[in-house]
Amino acid sequence: MAHSAGADPLSGLQEGSRTILDHYQSQVRTRRIYTVVSIVVFLIILGASLDFANSANSGKFFERLPYFFDFMKSFVPDSPLEIFRAMFDLPSPFSDGSIKYDYTSDRVWITDSFYIPNFFYQLAITLNIAIVSTILGASGAFLLCFFASTNLVGAGVTRWVVRRIMEIMRAFPEIVVAGLLAAILSIGPISAIIAVWVHTVGALGKLFFEVVENADMKPDEGLRAAGAGWLERVRFAILPQVLPNFVSYTLLRTEINVRASTIIGAVGGGGIGEVFSLSIGRDHAAKTYAIIILLLITVICVDQFSAWLRRRLIGKQSFEFGQGAV
Amino acid sequence: MSSVPTINAAERERLLSAYPDVFHRSFMQRWGLLLISAAVFVYLAFCFAFFNVIPTFMNGNWDRAAIYVQDWYSWRAQPRLRFQNDQVVPQWTSRRQYPEGADINWLKPNADGSRYTITFGSDGNRMEVTPSRVDVYIGGTVYPVTITRDRASLPSDAPAQMEQDDNKVIVYYGFAGQAEIRTSQVYVQRRFLGWANFFFDTHSPFWGRSLPEVVGLMFSGERLDSNQSNASLALDNFLNNASWQHGDILSKLMQTLVMAFVGTLFGTLVAFPLAFIAARNITRSRAANWATKRLFDFLRSIDMLIWALFFTRAFGPGPLPGIAAIFFTDTGALGKVYAEALENIDDKQREGVRSVGAAPVTVQRYGVIPQVLPVFISQSLYFWESNTRSATVIGAVGAGGIGLKLLESMKTNSDWDKVAYMVLLILLVVFAFDNLSNALRSRVMGKKGH
Repeated sequence: MAHSAGADPLSGLQEGSRTILDHYQSQVRTRRIYTVVSIVVFLIILGASLDFANSANSGKFFERLPYFFDFMKSFVPDSPLEIFRAMFDLPSPFSDGSIKYDYTSDRVWITDSFYIPNFFYQLAITLNIAIVSTILGASGAFLLCFFASTNLVGAGVTRWVVRRIMEIMRAFPEIVVAGLLAAILSIGPISAIIAVWVHTVGALGKLFFEVVENADMKPDEGLRAAGAGWLERVRFAILPQVLPNFVSYTLLRTEINVRASTIIGAVGGGGIGEVFSLSIGRDHAAKTYAIIILLLITVICVDQFSAWLRRRLIGKQSFEFGQGAV
Repeated sequence: MSSVPTINAAERERLLSAYPDVFHRSFMQRWGLLLISAAVFVYLAFCFAFFNVIPTFMNGNWDRAAIYVQDWYSWRAQPRLRFQNDQVVPQWTSRRQYPEGADINWLKPNADGSRYTITFGSDGNRMEVTPSRVDVYIGGTVYPVTITRDRASLPSDAPAQMEQDDNKVIVYYGFAGQAEIRTSQVYVQRRFLGWANFFFDTHSPFWGRSLPEVVGLMFSGERLDSNQSNASLALDNFLNNASWQHGDILSKLMQTLVMAFVGTLFGTLVAFPLAFIAARNITRSRAANWATKRLFDFLRSIDMLIWALFFTRAFGPGPLPGIAAIFFTDTGALGKVYAEALENIDDKQREGVRSVGAAPVTVQRYGVIPQVLPVFISQSLYFWESNTRSATVIGAVGAGGIGLKLLESMKTNSDWDKVAYMVLLILLVVFAFDNLSNALRSRVMGKKGH
């Protein structure tokens, strides 16, 4: 742009055009100054943040950097096969009586001769926590979202209350809910389910009501003209439009909740997260790697499955990006 | 709805035969919803049994729940009134005790110090404690509890609020508190609404003063400490409040914010160029696309928590492992999202720039970036916002920040007021950042993208 604004071609400009050009160039200059100033401010914030983080950390970044891989070096199972023995609860040749190598005691017996390896069992618990809390959360969000959208609810008070409820539900830290319930109900999956459920209602509720607000209101007008009540309007005018998006968001949330229930497990919600934090805390390398591999496979599978399902249910449009929630 | 017009049978038949495909519904359309609901219901019922929901709820310590919830908005003073040499001597447990010789309006000795009066709310609910006898007043009626060498015994006409438990007597005054009368001491729990000593702990010279008094002292009074002004002393006392630890909590909160900010920023900076390599329509090499996309998958699918655990081992607890964990997962997540945005761009603008002979980099700069930048920025802001929340959670596994503090307070099972305080702070910060990020996003995207 700079070279096109050279002196020669502009000399023939008329007075009006000249004014417009000057105005344009002054605006460009102001804009540049703003950009530079904001970049400088940004860099200062970044520098201060990094310095703060570094000084607040117990080990300093540059001091610790050479030892970065030490943990991984020291955290190596005796043989690569150990990982699979730990994964499938098979007896280990390194067994010395300590729980570190005693994998077989973890077996979960279904019948006298058939067992599920413990980690698979724990993984199943975690997955079920995620699925149950997603189902319950999506149902809750589904019920709430119609009361939060401007186009369906006339009363501002209802809308305001429902929206604030949703906000609190999704901003409330999951570990606090899980921790409080774990103190009451003792450690176990139920506190995790409730914690993830609370968060899911808040998060999905927001996405849902935004979809509802973007719905086309013409079918609603048609039904209203025919004398339909509120429930009928929601059921026959709004629901058919928004349901595909609801399903898509719920599937997306399932992926997120699988991770969330793992994390909550680590702070006392049962399932694979709890086993994981135990094994990493006790320095059981083979067990830890076995769980990481299982988690990796699970998360990839869940991602792929839900992507496939979404594509089948809603078609390609749900993958188009940046169009807003329509 | 009587006003809705109905159609007669002949008209109905005509419509059905004229538009058969409109009225024909497949098996799944007819029964799908019902079948799916039934399956979900069966599944939930199975889980209900599998997770032992009813036994868990039955065995829950619900009385504990009530105490914890009360702890959120109240505090307990827990003196032990010991009987020593026929005297009653109050003793304070570790946290939030009163200083020696403090004048406490609900716990008063009489003139000769042999008898202490504890008031639970009103004058009718009080206890007169002497080493040999405790007079328990409930609603103005007195129930004397006699204490012998090996037993404190309930009077025969005691109400339900008083209870004999082995050789001790427990008195419940509801919210105001409770007391255990034992042979050697009376263990009192006195509950008050509000957060005690929230601003200044009992060791501070400002403790017990009213707000106008403190403000007056800060700006005009004589120096309480000759080394520093009253204002700075007040700030110092406030931040180093021994029971509330404001300074520590605020710095931990700051760590959480820094973790989210720096982690997301670095994630954005690294994902940005990589996304161009991952996008099929921009980099023509399939191998490069594939490799970058799998790298994103790898970074994303190992959970933030696991990265945090690994980095905690490397860097030690603190915000650095948190930053690194957020950076790694965000690079994966943002990279994927960016690459998808790039693959959806309108190709005409690129062609236009290319047709005037622009170099490849210039083509990207003027043909691609203007289209995707709003999406990129909006996504990064969205991740920043959600990471402010996640940073709390990964803090709990040792990555620093307020999460760790929160978990520690919960594990002690007595600091629930501090938990409430931290939760409030987190909620405030999350709301503030939600709004900030929303405001920035709607500026970037224009009205539509919000």
